[in-house]
Amino acid sequence: MSAVPESDSKRSTVNRLSAENVTLAYDRRVIAEQLSVEIPDNSFTVIVGPNACGKSTLLRALSRMLRPSEGRVLLDGQAIGSMPAKKVARTLGLLPQSSVAPDGITVADLVGRGRYPHQGLLRQWSAQDERVVRESMRQTGVAELADRYVDELSGGQRQRVWIAMALAQQTPLLLLDEPTTYLDIQHQIDVLDLCAELHETQGRTLVAVLHDLNHAARYATHLIALRGGEVIAEGAPNDIVTAELVEAVFGLRCQVIADPETGTPLVVPAARRARVTAAS
Amino acid sequence: MKTRSRSRALRTPGGLSLRLDLRAVVVVGLFLATALAAGVALIGTGDAHIPAADVLRTLAGNGTAYQDFIVNELRLPRVLVGLLVGASLGLGGALFQAVSRNPLGSPDVLGLSQGSTAGALVVIVLMSGSATQVTAGALIGGLVTGLAIYLLAWKQGVHGYRMVLVGIGVSAIVTAVNGYLLTKADLVDAARAVVWMTGSLGGRDWDQVWPLLTLCAVLVPLVLAHARGLRMMEMGDDTAAALGVRVQRVRLVLMVCAVLLTAAATAAAGPVSFVALTAPQLARRLTRSPGPNLVPSLCMGAALLVTADWASQRAFGADQLPVGVVTGVLGGGYLLWLLVTERRAGRI
Repeated sequence: MSAVPESDSKRSTVNRLSAENVTLAYDRRVIAEQLSVEIPDNSFTVIVGPNACGKSTLLRALSRMLRPSEGRVLLDGQAIGSMPAKKVARTLGLLPQSSVAPDGITVADLVGRGRYPHQGLLRQWSAQDERVVRESMRQTGVAELADRYVDELSGGQRQRVWIAMALAQQTPLLLLDEPTTYLDIQHQIDVLDLCAELHETQGRTLVAVLHDLNHAARYATHLIALRGGEVIAEGAPNDIVTAELVEAVFGLRCQVIADPETGTPLVVPAARRARVTAAS
Repeated sequence: MKTRSRSRALRTPGGLSLRLDLRAVVVVGLFLATALAAGVALIGTGDAHIPAADVLRTLAGNGTAYQDFIVNELRLPRVLVGLLVGASLGLGGALFQAVSRNPLGSPDVLGLSQGSTAGALVVIVLMSGSATQVTAGALIGGLVTGLAIYLLAWKQGVHGYRMVLVGIGVSAIVTAVNGYLLTKADLVDAARAVVWMTGSLGGRDWDQVWPLLTLCAVLVPLVLAHARGLRMMEMGDDTAAALGVRVQRVRLVLMVCAVLLTAAATAAAGPVSFVALTAPQLARRLTRSPGPNLVPSLCMGAALLVTADWASQRAFGADQLPVGVVTGVLGGGYLLWLLVTERRAGRI
């Protein structure tokens, strides 16, 4: 990275995306105070934590969907809230939890909408747009579905199409809010494999909120564990995922063993009897 | 790779590119042809019948003095008001439905038409005002109602369902006020009010054409410049914002445009029922294209209104039947027919 951090910035950040002492709140309900987070470049960062710990809220702030009431989110050294919307959209993509596929839209047309930040009134559909859309559909394995209507697809296929749309945006940073929710296990793995591939082969920086700690430990290169709006631990899963951390973050007694497939940490919750006797 | 997408891109060496949906272009062409043909037929219709060829010749400036008077002074303004009102209602309805993401989010349902009616009724019943004052009253009524809905529905941005529900609530209150005003009116005022409330193009002249034309000339380009953002907003606010659309700003601009278009159209012709609700739905079903279909809705609105006016004059004689009655029957009937045939075809 050649970008030199702004002199007024206290943190010596060299990463492209970070949150600096942000306070996040909906109306008057404060979710997090004075939260600072760095997203390492070229990492597959996964944010984990119990329900209502603020992980989706943090992702919304990082993707400028939620304006921090204090502090700021920096993208390439600039406050993200004051940057032109289309410029941000060419650098940082977001796959929100809920998107609505318009009635009667085909897969190719939906993926094509990801080109919006690269287009203008007089530049509506360039040859480049067409190439990128085709390539995005190929990478996500939905090229054969190009002419199908999105409403006809299964949940797993549909999620691939939305990811293809985000890819067509061609952003070096991609944020995903619970991309595996509502999918069955095989499609969850399918989507995570796809994310890992995008991260490994294309060097994109990925940030995802995930519910499943074991999936997070297996796929993430960098893990951020949140509880009550505070970062409890961050680092490589192998370094930070321990039984103590899981208990501190989720309040769950467990064993952490090596995943027999990958060697990454695998969280095995303690048997009910063990937990009940420990509590009494 | 074979593609079912009907979109075609036009590109120039300079890097310009336009994307057109072929079917939508054809549909728009048909709507325009229908609107213009109905307009010419409408000009020829009346106590003094004028054949279409003579109408065209007179419009080009080569008619007799008698024809020139009838065509250019008496009937052309009425047709132009019809075209502009229909276009404004079609576009306004499409905007409302797209912003609220709900086919019911049209000005008729949201209470905007009722607001205009209230403004007009106040002038007719309480002040026995002139036609111009009625127009002004309707315009103010519509704008105030639009503003009220927007402010009441505002909660960290406007959300679709909330806006529809707030609109229905406002509509109920205003309808009650209108009912009260009507019961207070004497017979003459009440009859005048009811004709206004049905929507009519009778007696429109150039004084109504120019303000409407100016408004459309400003607002239509403004709306179309924001159309691409609106298309992205179909997928949800977050998705649109992630793509770089400034969602709240686009929505505010488009809502203001939609309220202005609808209020002005209603002020000019009365609350012509159903055009704003049906025109976008009809346009969407005929183009079979996703997206807000703004231009097709605009053209459909114009075609629908002028055709309805022509039909009502043909069937019942000049000004016997206000155009609003026919748009209700024609637009509603056609929409039901489309819905029934599409259900058979397995689509919604």
